[in-house]
Amino acid sequence: MKALQNLFDSIKPNFEKGGKWEKFHTLYEGHRTIAFAPDLVTKAKGAQIKDATDLKRIMITVVIAMVPALLFGILNIGHQHFIATGEGSTWVDQAIFGALAVLPTLIVSYAVGLATEFTFCVIRNHPVSEGYLVSGMLIALVMPPFIPLWQVALATIFAVVIGKEVFGGTGMNILNVAMTARAFLYFAYPAQISGDQVWTYLGDKAAVDGFSGATALGVAYGASVEGTPVAEALATHNASLGGDFSFMNMFMGWIPGSIGETSTLMALVGAVILVATGVASWKIIVGGFSGAYVMGLVMNALAVNEYMAMPAHYHLVMGGLAFGVVFMATDPVSAAQTELGKWIYGILIGVLTVIIRVTNPAYPEGIMLAVLFMNVMAPLIDYYVVKANKTRRLQRATV
Amino acid sequence: MSKIVKLKKGFDLKLAGKAPLEHINLPAVQTFAIKPTDFPGIQRPKVLVNEGDTVKAGTPILIDKAMDQVIYAAPVSGEIVEIKRGEKRKLLEIKILADQTISYEEFGKIDLNQDRDALAAKLASCGVWPNVIQRPFGVVANPAETPRAIFISGFDSHPLAPDFGFTLAGEENYFQAGIDALAKLTSGKVHLSVDGSKSVPSIYSGIKNAEIHQFSGPHPAGNVGTQIHHIAPINKGELVWTVTPIGVVQIGKAVLEGVYDASKVIVLTGSELTKTGYVKTFVGANVSSFVKGNLNSGHVRVISGNVLTGEKVPMEGYMGFYHNQVTVIPEGDYEEFLGWLKPSSAKLSFHKAIGMLSFLNKGEFKVDTNTHGEERPFVVTGVFEKVMPMDILPTYLFKAIISEDFDEMEELGLYELVEEDVALCEFVDPSKNDLQGLVRNGIELLMYS
Repeated sequence: MKALQNLFDSIKPNFEKGGKWEKFHTLYEGHRTIAFAPDLVTKAKGAQIKDATDLKRIMITVVIAMVPALLFGILNIGHQHFIATGEGSTWVDQAIFGALAVLPTLIVSYAVGLATEFTFCVIRNHPVSEGYLVSGMLIALVMPPFIPLWQVALATIFAVVIGKEVFGGTGMNILNVAMTARAFLYFAYPAQISGDQVWTYLGDKAAVDGFSGATALGVAYGASVEGTPVAEALATHNASLGGDFSFMNMFMGWIPGSIGETSTLMALVGAVILVATGVASWKIIVGGFSGAYVMGLVMNALAVNEYMAMPAHYHLVMGGLAFGVVFMATDPVSAAQTELGKWIYGILIGVLTVIIRVTNPAYPEGIMLAVLFMNVMAPLIDYYVVKANKTRRLQRATV
Repeated sequence: MSKIVKLKKGFDLKLAGKAPLEHINLPAVQTFAIKPTDFPGIQRPKVLVNEGDTVKAGTPILIDKAMDQVIYAAPVSGEIVEIKRGEKRKLLEIKILADQTISYEEFGKIDLNQDRDALAAKLASCGVWPNVIQRPFGVVANPAETPRAIFISGFDSHPLAPDFGFTLAGEENYFQAGIDALAKLTSGKVHLSVDGSKSVPSIYSGIKNAEIHQFSGPHPAGNVGTQIHHIAPINKGELVWTVTPIGVVQIGKAVLEGVYDASKVIVLTGSELTKTGYVKTFVGANVSSFVKGNLNSGHVRVISGNVLTGEKVPMEGYMGFYHNQVTVIPEGDYEEFLGWLKPSSAKLSFHKAIGMLSFLNKGEFKVDTNTHGEERPFVVTGVFEKVMPMDILPTYLFKAIISEDFDEMEELGLYELVEEDVALCEFVDPSKNDLQGLVRNGIELLMYS
């Protein structure tokens, strides 16, 4: 390691004041602090020791929590492809196929996003912050299996610049960066991110007879329009091909959908990692799931069509709800920041998701809009929680 | 024993270098110093002595021109050897070379039956007054004002802190006299909080004129700010005072003996000291006698006070006025390859992020001064709230101070806080912000606006 340290030391003068790459000092520091935790010591006054955890470690914890979803996504994309084309395949075939579809998206998301971040760091002379490690992974995981890479790049730039940097960078953003990227594509290039065709990557093959690429949410809506019970329609969908939307299949995630968000199980594995390490708020996660379930029950009670009558627990495993609740809603910067606020915020995300899904067929994937909407509402929730605290303080004063 | 307050929020730092309950012998301390910078409220310090003057213990050597009735006195008798100034002639240290045997200014015993203002003025004139701190703001109290109540925390829950039951043993009479004097100064009660998880030490048992409260739980249960919040919180427009038990004993000695006796028993702690233990000395002692020849390694930081709220001092530096502890830990100015990623159970952390396994380690931690990361904006939420056992929203308060929003600072409870109350927040903050400095900035904004 001494050699690496020497290498950094030897190029250091170039980045110092007066050096030829002075402007890129922040990039130098960024890279050095990734290789080596810095030799900074505490100030003369105040806490003389600091907790061994830093933001880098917190962020990498979130990335690790997403790895199960990523790996499953890779496998599932291959799995869906071979179901659709009717070819026989092994796990290895599926994994290789999936990796070839996913890795370019992941690489583009990180490369373009980090380049954008670095540009801003250099322009503003900010330290390079680690927030994008998480956003980069999230952006890739919410993309469809095959999407033009230039669209990924454009969405990433939009999300980093408009979603984050205009507000002042990491820690200051109002909207979840990854959801901003997805929303951008949803409205700018709807053809590539919605409909029945984008969720299964066929490559140059043709789909077998009887195959339908619709997502579970699409099937549910379609069934409702026809007036057949949704649970039945889901169970028989693509059943002859082995790609049905049974509850178990949807829970495991063997269904078409965005790269990382089909598997409720993998989202739950991530949730366990995040909650056990204390990185994400369990209140938001529990609130999100229970909000969706309770709203599902309310819909059942009011049911005027088959979609509303769908068993409430189906909502929890369909679409990106689990992924969104675990990884998107818990983003500490754009979520509510007071403890009571986190409950309200989480519950409302679940409730809104189900309302959007069931009542507005134009937006089958409600979680994205619910998270973005609640991102905007989070400061308002916090405002009232903080106000309650101030009121308690004032009431005390009259005694 | 009126009420027991059990606190759940907070964090106990288990550090290596705890001192056993025994006195140790070290070379006598030669010089002592009064540092105006120890008193946050002091505005226009004026030195009353010159280099070469001889003083007795209790001789006034410093006043604040903004509140000149309060005397800052020499802790020991001897010769003023240096008046050290820094940039723009800022007064840094007034050093005294101590006599072999200390002689005292005689003020005459203090009659506790005199009227309140006369008693306060008398105490202010004999050197013990800087022990009385007012809240809000955490500055030396104005003797002309009458506080709503006076709070004394009978125990220190900071890392490796001294055990007052041990350091104050035998001072029972003085402690009672100090309490009696303080009881005259307030319109309300004197509140004394003791550690509810231990048996009450002799110094506090049978105490009169004070209401006793029990607190248990992790640090900051011993912080007087935490205790005030749970006994009778401070609101806008109110004034309370706080005194440490050592301050109470000094006041008691002034009352009963008529002298300023600045002696106190301090504790030497920290993983880098070969010999830890308790030492009898005076306010403002030079630390070199405590650390020279008593170190495990060379590259250390000497801290006056504890690791959460203390101050780095040079090897030849002086203890702070309010500090009862010297801690010596390793300096942490090293780079660590992938230090932000490597799993470890030896690194102390409140968090459990990937690889932080300190919660599995039930032993003591040897910590150094490395910050383990760089300063960042606030990203992680909810963590300050976990170590703040008060109905205060720290994140919002910090943001209000950063944005200099006076109304928010007031409404969110800055009146209840001083630096030590947010020291744990500063420790656990993964974004490595200087939160104690921030709180002092906020207090100064409110004070001088």
